[in-house]
Amino acid sequence: MAKMLGIMFEGMTVSLEVFFLTLLFALPLALPAAFGRMSKNWALRKLVTLYLLVMRGTPLILQLIFIYFAPKYFFRLLFESFSGFIESEGFWNSLRFLLSWDRFTAVIIAFVLNYAAYFAEIYRGGIEAIPRGQYEAAKVLGFTGSQTFVRIILPQVLKRILPAAANEIITLVKDTALAQVIGVAELFHAAQNASAREFSTLPIFVAGVFYFFMNWAVSYALTRCEKKLSYYS
Amino acid sequence: MDTSEVIKIEGLRKSFGSLAVLKDISFSVQRGEVVAVIGPSGSGKSTLLRCVNHLELVEAGSIRISDSVMVKDGVYAHADILRSACLKTGLVFQNFNLFPHFSVLRNITEAQVRVLRRKPAQAKERAMSLLEKMGLVDKAASYPCELSGGQQQRVCIARALALDPEVLFFDEPTSALDPELTGEILKVIRKLAEEKMTMVIVTHEMAFARDVADRALFMDGGRFVEEGGAAELLDNPQQERTKAFLRRFGGQ
Repeated sequence: MAKMLGIMFEGMTVSLEVFFLTLLFALPLALPAAFGRMSKNWALRKLVTLYLLVMRGTPLILQLIFIYFAPKYFFRLLFESFSGFIESEGFWNSLRFLLSWDRFTAVIIAFVLNYAAYFAEIYRGGIEAIPRGQYEAAKVLGFTGSQTFVRIILPQVLKRILPAAANEIITLVKDTALAQVIGVAELFHAAQNASAREFSTLPIFVAGVFYFFMNWAVSYALTRCEKKLSYYS
Repeated sequence: MDTSEVIKIEGLRKSFGSLAVLKDISFSVQRGEVVAVIGPSGSGKSTLLRCVNHLELVEAGSIRISDSVMVKDGVYAHADILRSACLKTGLVFQNFNLFPHFSVLRNITEAQVRVLRRKPAQAKERAMSLLEKMGLVDKAASYPCELSGGQQQRVCIARALALDPEVLFFDEPTSALDPELTGEILKVIRKLAEEKMTMVIVTHEMAFARDVADRALFMDGGRFVEEGGAAELLDNPQQERTKAFLRRFGGQ
């Protein structure tokens, strides 16, 4: 039992790494994506719309597999097509290095790309919900465009999007379980291993308790944030 | 350049799509003058104010604010000149547009500090003296959502005044308020008029316009139909259109 818990704590550490790294990169990356989606530039807007469509329109589990394996297939394709022309072994070795990432990196890339798409749409909703009068008041008072966004618009956007973002963040905790599909030893992976070894479903349910407590903590933190921003309406 | 004219507008034209909203508008405002702009809804009064405050772009004509030429024959000045021209005007909105996430005090100090680069202590001092004038010293730490409409509008006026504009525009400042709160705002505007603040007020408060304004402009269909001394124009209009408009108000 102690050994099982030890392995599961290790798995939980990996899950938490995926969770925090995803938030760390996806939350900022979603902002330029949201701007791209609202851009007046037709090409940029269509490009970002396509990105959002693909990311939100296909299963995350499939995206994980794709991002992990696609570069390897791509390398093989290049190698088979061009190894006759380029015989330098050093060249192919460095290309192979460039076109491969380990499982964990692939997981982070896939999660960041996927979650940034959802956050981008949440940001866009928040930004578009700010009344025009706020921009007009800022302009009349002489604020620059960036001052207006950072000091006037963004703080109000954060308050508005917090409940929707909280939903996504809680889903992310549970989605980290998908990382096992390309063999990353996160919490659910560890639980399944332990379950197979001990011929018992108990570890799976213990993992459930772990997820529950992680999300309890996340909910608590997010509720605190909402309360902190509730000083105005 | 005659700088006793704070605002000089010539041949202004503006349309939304195929709808011409301003058709060849010209007028000027002298320093210390209070001008009331009256007229039916959709006559272009608000659009005119928004054009002068650079919230809408004009298609033709010229706008000069004090010594800054904002638009000359439909061509806009460089962004720096536009910004400095805009800082010479203040605008009070119909629906206040206070920043909800800032306290009353910070609503008034933020632009002073960020735009005019005043020291925070100096900005606060200016804000507090304005709040005192508005009778809102005890609300400095409150948030806009905790104030009545009349109080919010007074904060909006203080916010505009804090940047020391040369002219203050009011876009139907009492339209969102009930009669009792309207009185509060009119009192504040009257006080500013006594201090010789240059003001252009778009309003439906005819009695107030007659009382506080030096001059009145009646606007309809994107043109000035009639212009004259406020009391004269409102009591004894010459144009049929003005008479018809004022008759409806007189009935109240």
